[in-house]
Amino acid sequence: MIVSVILKTATRYLIPLMLVFSFFLLLRGHNEPGGGFVGGLVAASAYALFAIANGVKPTQQMLRVKPLSLIVSGLLIAVLSGFAGIVYYGVFMKAFWFETKFPVIGKIGTPLIFDMGVYLLVLGISLKIIFSLFEEDEQ
Amino acid sequence: MKSLTNILLVAPILLPFLSAIIMLSAWKKIKFQRVMNLFASGVAVMASLAIMQKVRADGILVLHVGGWQAPFGISIVIDLLSAIMVVITAVIAFVTAIYSIHTIDPEREAFGFYPLLQFLLMGINGAFITGDLFNLYVWFEVMLISSFVLIALGGRKDQLEGAIKYVTLNLLASAIFLAAAGIIYGLAGTLNMADLARKLPLLNNDTMLNLVSVMFLISFGIKSALFPFFFWLPASYHTPPAAVSAIFAGLLTKVGVYALIRVFTLIFTHDVNFTHTVLLVLAGLTMLSGVLGAATQMDFRRILSFHIISQIGYMIMGLALNSPLALAGGIFYIMHHVIVKTNLFFVSGMVNKFEGSYRLKSLGGVFKASPVLSLLFFIPAMSLAGIPPLSGFWAKFTVAKAGFDLEQYFIVGVSLLVGALTLYSMTKIWNEVFWKDKPDSIQNNNTKESWSSVKLYLPLAILSLITIIIGFNAEPFLNLAINAAHQLLNPQEYIKIVLGS
Repeated sequence: MIVSVILKTATRYLIPLMLVFSFFLLLRGHNEPGGGFVGGLVAASAYALFAIANGVKPTQQMLRVKPLSLIVSGLLIAVLSGFAGIVYYGVFMKAFWFETKFPVIGKIGTPLIFDMGVYLLVLGISLKIIFSLFEEDEQ
Repeated sequence: MKSLTNILLVAPILLPFLSAIIMLSAWKKIKFQRVMNLFASGVAVMASLAIMQKVRADGILVLHVGGWQAPFGISIVIDLLSAIMVVITAVIAFVTAIYSIHTIDPEREAFGFYPLLQFLLMGINGAFITGDLFNLYVWFEVMLISSFVLIALGGRKDQLEGAIKYVTLNLLASAIFLAAAGIIYGLAGTLNMADLARKLPLLNNDTMLNLVSVMFLISFGIKSALFPFFFWLPASYHTPPAAVSAIFAGLLTKVGVYALIRVFTLIFTHDVNFTHTVLLVLAGLTMLSGVLGAATQMDFRRILSFHIISQIGYMIMGLALNSPLALAGGIFYIMHHVIVKTNLFFVSGMVNKFEGSYRLKSLGGVFKASPVLSLLFFIPAMSLAGIPPLSGFWAKFTVAKAGFDLEQYFIVGVSLLVGALTLYSMTKIWNEVFWKDKPDSIQNNNTKESWSSVKLYLPLAILSLITIIIGFNAEPFLNLAINAAHQLLNPQEYIKIVLGS
């Protein structure tokens, strides 16, 4: 596979931007367009870009965790965020909000945690698909 | 105490979900996944029985997920019908968990058979307990996506062929369902089923409602294999391993039947003359085409698949006759059929495991090799054909009795004819597989010990026992079905409890 130097260099600068943007989308998602799903897709596209520029193996090394672990932890976080509602209100998935506002992030509550679960799940599944396709291609 | 009930209400969804996540986290540990699958299914049986107990004691149970009140949030509503379906699902899941330990090959296990099974159950249960039309669509998708993978897992040529037909037709059904849900949202501005039941009669737009109801009929008809949308079923159900096709045969089409019952008792009751007449005609044709299709088949599982179709006809006949007894008959039919059909598919899998074939021509002599298995085939087969005193007799009897009461002699005649033809097919399997001698040309490379492994017979024996219990002690089950039917035909209570006013 021939990869241009331009793409390789540009990727190095683009990836941090894309990851920050994906977090921005994740945090913005409660009341405005955005959320865990889109955020996860943007983050996955950042890694996909890196994989196009540098190949699958380096991407997997950079990611450190396996996509399957991302899927599992994402699902788990999403489900567990629902249990806070049971503990505090006796209703599954009822939103629990902290009173104090945090700087930059704003209000924090279980919907945000749920969205983080979605973020990880989407990231994990997209990467699983992308890696599988790349590995198929290399064989 | 209240929060305990609330957890119980979401348990049919959460239990499979959590156990699937745990199994995913132990991707390589197949033995752990087996045990986990068995354990989760066992807990689900207990949880579903607790739900059933609660529904019988307290009436319809509602949970507004997330604390959003009824027409705005998504409600989980469990009435008697939902509770019955959840219990049946849990029982089938449990026996399938036992059965799959010894029959699923290691490759499939390694590629996530058990987590997928639990995701499938989550989808099925979700569809049974939701009180929201769009949420129903979402659960259908959860169920379908898992079933797509389960049916294609293994990747043999014929399997992929069946999977393509299955996937295409079901995606089409989903698209129609989604379009219909969109139209109905445009009409009424809500998707909560109870709210729809309240608002749709105020529209005075019967033409439009008829159109939407037919769209729902087509979409659920494809999923439940109604005439003329059934052809995907016999083309795909005989391809995956027996454990998968057993749970598909038992449960998946019944989700479609459940959705039809729900929608045509709660939401589309504006023009019963039109909708239920269409249903009745389709029911008759479904029964006939299923049983006639089965008569020409010479493959164990294809015969059984065609019989699913003909039996679906009986359930829809119960719905279409639209009297309490008829509907009760339909619901009783579901209970009976899920148990019996899963059992028959299990038997076909056992025969294949030891004789290496599903084709009737190359099978034979199973009665000599294993009288126990023959008995375990004989009971559900006779039950399916409706021989007293097994469960199938009471199911057919109730539906036919309701038809006589309403003086619908023609459809009753059809149903009785179909019962006789069912007996013909079951006799054919009995003669070819169990009774006749093994064809000389076929080598028997099977060892004697394998037939006598008790644990293999356990799931079949459990299901046969349930069939016999329902047969000899039909009254409590029938009363349950009658109560469920009364609840369905008097939706005011459902609406009141969900909307709270």
